[in-house]
Amino acid sequence: MSENLNLPAIEMRGVNVAAMRDASFTVVEKVNWSVAAGEFWVIAGQEHSGKSDLLMLVAGLMPPVAGSCILFGTDTKSFGEGELAERLRVGFVFQGGQLFNQLTIAENVALPLRYVKNLSPDAAAREVASLLELLELTPLADVTPANVAANWRQRAALARALILKPEILLLDNPLAGLGARHLQWWLRFLDQLSRGHEQFGGKPMTMVVTADDLSRFAGCQNARRKFALLRDKKFIPLGGWNEVEIVNDPIVKELLAVPVELTS
Amino acid sequence: MTLCYAAFVRGNLAKAFELTNTQVFRRAPLPKSYTDYLGRKLFLFLLTVQGLGAFALITLGVILKKNGAAKNVIRPRIRQEISRAGVALLPMFFFVALALGFLVIGQTVSALAKVGAISYLGSTMVIVVVRELGPLLAAFLVLARVGTAHVIELGTARALGEVEALEALGIDPVHYLIVPRVIGMALGIFSLTVYLIIGALASGYLFAFLQDVPLTPGDYFKQIVESLSWLDFALLALKTMAFGFFIAIVTCYHGLAQPLRLEEVSRVAVRAVTQGVIVCVMIDALFIVLYLVT
Repeated sequence: MSENLNLPAIEMRGVNVAAMRDASFTVVEKVNWSVAAGEFWVIAGQEHSGKSDLLMLVAGLMPPVAGSCILFGTDTKSFGEGELAERLRVGFVFQGGQLFNQLTIAENVALPLRYVKNLSPDAAAREVASLLELLELTPLADVTPANVAANWRQRAALARALILKPEILLLDNPLAGLGARHLQWWLRFLDQLSRGHEQFGGKPMTMVVTADDLSRFAGCQNARRKFALLRDKKFIPLGGWNEVEIVNDPIVKELLAVPVELTS
Repeated sequence: MTLCYAAFVRGNLAKAFELTNTQVFRRAPLPKSYTDYLGRKLFLFLLTVQGLGAFALITLGVILKKNGAAKNVIRPRIRQEISRAGVALLPMFFFVALALGFLVIGQTVSALAKVGAISYLGSTMVIVVVRELGPLLAAFLVLARVGTAHVIELGTARALGEVEALEALGIDPVHYLIVPRVIGMALGIFSLTVYLIIGALASGYLFAFLQDVPLTPGDYFKQIVESLSWLDFALLALKTMAFGFFIAIVTCYHGLAQPLRLEEVSRVAVRAVTQGVIVCVMIDALFIVLYLVT
């Protein structure tokens, strides 16, 4: 757990973000951003605006082209084998889940725990079962991801990211394509994590969520929730939900799914 | 190499292979000049050799450095790979051993008996079956059956972003995906070669026996045993393990090392098999030199 509560959980200074698939192409430039422990950020942007790449960079999966990204006081550039414990304080949920298709849902969730702590399947079983139950995944425990609907795969990916009890949770467009029931569940569960869930120590979890549809966060009352926009390679902090609603930006309006006026 | 390894230990696999990225050359339009074309081919070859060398060193480094790490996860995977590259192929190898004995050895025994050169049988069998045909055939069969599966599995995993998912979970992709395959294939080819040689020699005698060749089983196997030296056993083990190691390196390198799109996986699998065959022939040539020197 973070010792110094005044230290930002994530801090970016003049960061240029490259595309994960093409390191020579910069997708976001000069990001100056600070995330305090326990904050909940929603990064909105259109497709290919660099949301996923920004999250990958925060997770230490790729280095910044310029500037520095600091996690709990450690520059991610210096992340190596020795800093694995620092990296594991960050959980990552990929868009689409990126589950391992040859493993069952329970094996997928158990894998990071078993690998990092060198546990046998039996030793990890209790913790995995408890998490699967929390996320209502128990009936799907022995099913492979290919035989599970996309909504549930996304939830299994969340379980896999939470199994190591991270302090920061990064979620890449988790609400995309969810049905109404799943959407309500996700918003409620993320809110519980943000306020502090007893299964994860009761401490508010720092979260960064990307989205291409801001309307899904409409009416949220969580004061810790902050919004930012990626547009024209720029990172633009917007403030809370009240500020988002009054921003006069065509892209924000589009992301809020405000009905367009059709001309006859 | 140092740069590659340093990049890898920072936990960024993709970065390590930017240095040997051949995609730029492969996707570039054909040059007009014939010499330019040859130059490009040579450059591609050197880049591939560099990439394979770096990947082999990285894998060796991980095998040594992480020996015993996460053993509850890695050891079952190694057993699974040994089963896939060894045990599961046994029925096919018994059939091939039977066919090899029937087609090659039986006829050789029969021909040597006809010209009265039966005393050369032992040394002929050791050179043809133990040193050359057995290991090479075993390597090619495993390459075809398991090597192609490696490229497709890893290429698909890479294209679907599973490698990034492993890194995000703090799991070393080389340790989790490559090391079990390399160890499994090295041990698998070694064991299968031994079975193939024994099966081929036995079935070869059976065929010769059916042709009424005047040679008792005792004399046949005595000649073979007398022609074998400790060096044959040592080099056979080394050679088959080298085949397994390098086939796994070539197939895993092509599946994992470079970012792939799903539609590229089949083309990369063909390239990996071709390079696997070339690597096996080169290793075989190296061992022929070793046999000649010793």
